[in-house]
Amino acid sequence: MNFGFTDEQTLLRDQVRKFLDERCPSGVVRKIMADEGYRLDLWQEMAQLGWLGLAIDPEHDGVGLGWVDMLVVLEEMGRSLYPSPFISTTLAASTLSELGSEAQQKQYLPLIATGRLIASLALLDNTDCPSIDNIQLTAREENGAHILTGRKPFVADAGAAQLFLTAFRWGKQLYLGLVDREQAGVSVTPSATMDLTKRTGSLELNNVTLLSEQVIEVAPEALARIFDKGAVAVAAEMVGAAETVLTMTTEYAKDRIQFDQPIGKYQGVKHNLADMFVDIESFKSLTYYAAWTADESPEEFPKSASLAKAYASDAFAKIGIDGVQLHGAIGFTQEYDIQLYLKRSKWARPMFGDSDFHYARIAALHEAAAAADEA
Amino acid sequence: MDFEYTTEEQTFRKEVQDFLAENLAPKAKRDQNFMADWLKKVRDKRWVGFSWPEDVGGGGGNIMQQVILKEEMAKAKAPPLGTCMMGLAWVGPGIIQYGTEAQKQRFIPDILDSKYHWCTGYSEPNVGSDLASLQCKAVRDGDTYTINGTKIWTSLAPFADWISMLVRTDNFGSSEAKHEGITALLVKLDTPGIEVKPIENMAGGKVFAQIFFDDVKVPVENRLGDEGKGWAVTISSLANERSSIGEVTAMYEKLDTLRALVSKVTRNGRPANQDSKVRRTMGVFEAKIESMRLNGLRYLTKQIKGEPLSSETSVNKLHRADLEVSMGDFAIEILGAAGLQLHNQQDAVDRGKWANDALGWPNVVIGGGTPNIQKNIIGERILGLPKD
Repeated sequence: MNFGFTDEQTLLRDQVRKFLDERCPSGVVRKIMADEGYRLDLWQEMAQLGWLGLAIDPEHDGVGLGWVDMLVVLEEMGRSLYPSPFISTTLAASTLSELGSEAQQKQYLPLIATGRLIASLALLDNTDCPSIDNIQLTAREENGAHILTGRKPFVADAGAAQLFLTAFRWGKQLYLGLVDREQAGVSVTPSATMDLTKRTGSLELNNVTLLSEQVIEVAPEALARIFDKGAVAVAAEMVGAAETVLTMTTEYAKDRIQFDQPIGKYQGVKHNLADMFVDIESFKSLTYYAAWTADESPEEFPKSASLAKAYASDAFAKIGIDGVQLHGAIGFTQEYDIQLYLKRSKWARPMFGDSDFHYARIAALHEAAAAADEA
Repeated sequence: MDFEYTTEEQTFRKEVQDFLAENLAPKAKRDQNFMADWLKKVRDKRWVGFSWPEDVGGGGGNIMQQVILKEEMAKAKAPPLGTCMMGLAWVGPGIIQYGTEAQKQRFIPDILDSKYHWCTGYSEPNVGSDLASLQCKAVRDGDTYTINGTKIWTSLAPFADWISMLVRTDNFGSSEAKHEGITALLVKLDTPGIEVKPIENMAGGKVFAQIFFDDVKVPVENRLGDEGKGWAVTISSLANERSSIGEVTAMYEKLDTLRALVSKVTRNGRPANQDSKVRRTMGVFEAKIESMRLNGLRYLTKQIKGEPLSSETSVNKLHRADLEVSMGDFAIEILGAAGLQLHNQQDAVDRGKWANDALGWPNVVIGGGTPNIQKNIIGERILGLPKD
């Protein structure tokens, strides 16, 4: 029984934290925010450190570790609000590793691991929730190839990505198309959100031809597993980001004097901070466990991922607001960093499903399990 | 991370499961001797006081064995391992750590044999969360203390033979050094000058009481620890497992019962479990209980690795308090008027269990430190905020 990290994982955490503290402190984060949302030199340094190939098989130039190791990196990235297409690229690599053909893996995974290819997922046709019902883009067939015409909105890191794993239907099946940005008929419109550390955009497809080697047939459960990995990745960043809110706000409450006392002495402030601690401890535990089940107990993964993302979405949304509110007027300024975390909490809430979606899914999972027991 | 159990741990789990299969008769088949037999059998296994050292008669169970035993007992909904609840939870560990040899020999076997109940006398009419300002006083004259004062909200006092209580022997009226001058005494409740007045709680139970002490004489040999150092006696450092696994297993049982309830009652004309608010609320409960389970496993991991455990366990206490209040309240809201009926009333559901839960939570929520106190503990001891 060991619900903790190995020495290697602790070392990895220290390395990532040191790297981000030194190479991407708040001032640099703000420069990247004002720019295109990521920096290629940092990206390539991370590739050299092995973090882009963390969960990629050594056969394809990766390190061959798992989701618990990934969680460690993501938690630290969340702590620093490190802006980059890391989650998108990681999910794309993970999807190719699990579902792609040998040729596809050989073609793309080494490029991802070595920082030469940024990839993203273009799965949903609308922003309702991460469900296969929201994949409606339908291919037509021409000479054995799939032809796609349509639009995927809110594709994460669209501006940075070269490769898009694009979900579509054909007949009764679901597929992922490996769409290259340079292909004829592909156009990308990058866009931003209120959280400038996270970029989005749309992918427009106009008679884009996908040859058979660019297509992967996927089962609904396999697609749900991609969504679940996304939910856990976002939740891991939420853990780190929420801990920074708590640290910053606690320090502020110790320093800020009102009525001759540090405001952290007053229970109105103290209890609010204690509530943050309780929630962070709790969704941290849920997220750690979900990351573990991803590789080690896949049958538990859907529920554990939903429990983690549901709790995290509600809790971090409140923590984001409370962090700003406890800082008073200074928290409302552009200059102070606390507001960046509020914006991150807004971004993270709907990504890969909000709490309403995940709690409804948990109820459905219980019903499915009960029905299976009866049968 | 791994959630595997070692071969030894699996063997121990099997031993517990086999014991339960053999000795835990179904409720309907239990006769009047069942409980006495049960207590003797678990005592013979040394599972009563399982975490206590073997030389005082405990089981010497290590942290993981404690977790496994509690988990299996809770899963099987087994009766308690010993009925001397306060003795096993609080008084015994205090005596083991601070007591004299004579005290250990006199009290520990009786606690392990469930001979009688203990209660613990802390709160007073004007002393609750701020326990160190207690006023009930004892004055020493030769080999005897004389106690005058009162204790209140003393759980199990109406059924107990003994009380382990804190009294003030020094620093009267000083708020500066109020933690000093407190002494722990072990007092037999039939001593002349003691009057126990049961207090009825809002659920109709009479499990706590006010106790009056009027010139009560207690021999010095019944003092636990040094004079003036009684504050430390309340905090035992025995290596108890801190995973809250027993509570978590019980909360999961309760969630299952609640899930059965929302599948059989209707809300706005359809099964309550099809209502989106009900579905969401059930999910919120599950996320909290699961986070308690996993928080507990993280704290347990720290304990096993020998890392210091601070006040993190207040996190699970707060979740438990919240769940105790909100699950019962949610159940009676779903049940509407039927949820208001207690066990002896005409259309009571599940024998009034939910109504009783909706009124019975203060036992768990307030006893052992209110949620506000738990938040102070987290704010001050973990986050390092100034004391208020």
